[in-house]
Amino acid sequence: MYNNANELKLLCDQQGKKIYEVAIDVEAENSDCTIKEVRQKFREAIKTMKDACSKTLKKEIPSVSGLTSGNAKKLMSYISKGNTILSADTLKCVAHALSCFEVNTSMGKIIAAPTAGSCGILPACIFLTGEKIDADEETLVNAFATAAAIGLIIEKNATLSGAEGGCQAECGSASAMAAAAVVEMLGGTIDEALHAGAMTITNVMGQVCDPIAGLVEIPCAKRNAIGVVNALLCADLALAGITCFVPFDEVIDAMYAVGKALPPELRETGLGGLAATPTGIAVRKKIFGE
Amino acid sequence: MGRGLFGVLGPSMIGPSSSHTAGAARIGLMCRSVARKDVKSVTFFLHGSFATTYKGHGTDRALVGGLLGMKTDDERIIHSLELAQAQGMEVHFVKADLGNVHPNTVKAEMVNIDGETSNIVASSVGGGEINVVSVNGFPANISGNYNAVVISHLDKVGMISRITSLFERNDLNIVSLYNNREGRGKTAITIIEMDGDPDKNLLDELSKIECIYAISSINKI
Repeated sequence: MYNNANELKLLCDQQGKKIYEVAIDVEAENSDCTIKEVRQKFREAIKTMKDACSKTLKKEIPSVSGLTSGNAKKLMSYISKGNTILSADTLKCVAHALSCFEVNTSMGKIIAAPTAGSCGILPACIFLTGEKIDADEETLVNAFATAAAIGLIIEKNATLSGAEGGCQAECGSASAMAAAAVVEMLGGTIDEALHAGAMTITNVMGQVCDPIAGLVEIPCAKRNAIGVVNALLCADLALAGITCFVPFDEVIDAMYAVGKALPPELRETGLGGLAATPTGIAVRKKIFGE
Repeated sequence: MGRGLFGVLGPSMIGPSSSHTAGAARIGLMCRSVARKDVKSVTFFLHGSFATTYKGHGTDRALVGGLLGMKTDDERIIHSLELAQAQGMEVHFVKADLGNVHPNTVKAEMVNIDGETSNIVASSVGGGEINVVSVNGFPANISGNYNAVVISHLDKVGMISRITSLFERNDLNIVSLYNNREGRGKTAITIIEMDGDPDKNLLDELSKIECIYAISSINKI
């Protein structure tokens, strides 16, 4: 059992295990399942996430609201022309996240990771890294278990909900989960994984949740895009030996305190930020006729 | 222990919102259990954020999908309104003020194919988690994370004892027990959440207890 990153690290050290091993052991014990059954559940989720991450890369599917569509496809076509500023791999990862998100807004099937509004970041980062290192399915299962353990710690000590903590709690947490998983996939240490996770949150500390018309769509798609880059950047920083000055658990406490200090208008009510701009208000009126 | 790894990496769901879509589908599944048989007509009274954003979030389709038996990740949810129409199910949505309740709350009034009426009030409290706050007019507290039975009976001495003894006899562990009444000597309601399944044996034995009026078995969703 672990309640925070310190306890998780201690368990890993005591038992000579990786984060995913401890996470799966604890999950099996608490849910009265075998380790095999827990791993199977991850495999089922992976199938759904893989489908969602590629579904709109070539084929545009409009969102239910009709507000957005086709960004994943646009980005893929831009990458294919070469001459991009960011690396093609990084952008491909962003395109996969956008695809997953577009499946979500079109009422397709996704896995909330940790929420529906942030569903693209984690699978895209893990699948891209998996491709890079030619990972088998078991490695992907391990990566998602590491990520989920990080998410669980954030949920226990803060929140994963935009309504409670703003976008930093949703997309920020998704990026932290992804960064830690990527570090572990690339052979980084537990400390490096935690530094990577902590740095992603510090990078978006205070990010507000201000969806236009209250719909999980604008600016959520682009917050998924930057969430991917944030996660990959921090994974690289941590693997380079760069550390987060403030430890993971303290960063999470700070994130929660900042989230609670945000006014309700900036916590998923669709009343502040971009939602309160003339453009945002016009969209709300157009969709809901208010 | 909270929701565990699959509370964080999950639910598996149809988008776009875990509270407005996945939670709504689970509320629809709850409605289906409470109605006991296929529903002939239903009116959903949508409150708060459910009322203002239900169309853009597919809350309407998710509620009806659940009512048709679809789980949170059933890809037919997007077509549920058409499927309900094809089955002859009458569906209405009304924006309403349900009072001092969670912002994502809905009241459902149902008539089943036998003409029996039932209703629930339920809130979608985040991440696909729900809370049924009232069943057939009685306050309740059901998460849908466990199998439950809702028993309406006469308010008199010894009823809870008789009911719970059957749980012991059937080797079923009680997770939570809720009881309330219209008034002394009038109709009371007992809601029991349990580990494991309420098999037919338990339901048969419960139905034989004197002064029990109705039993609804509510499946874990």
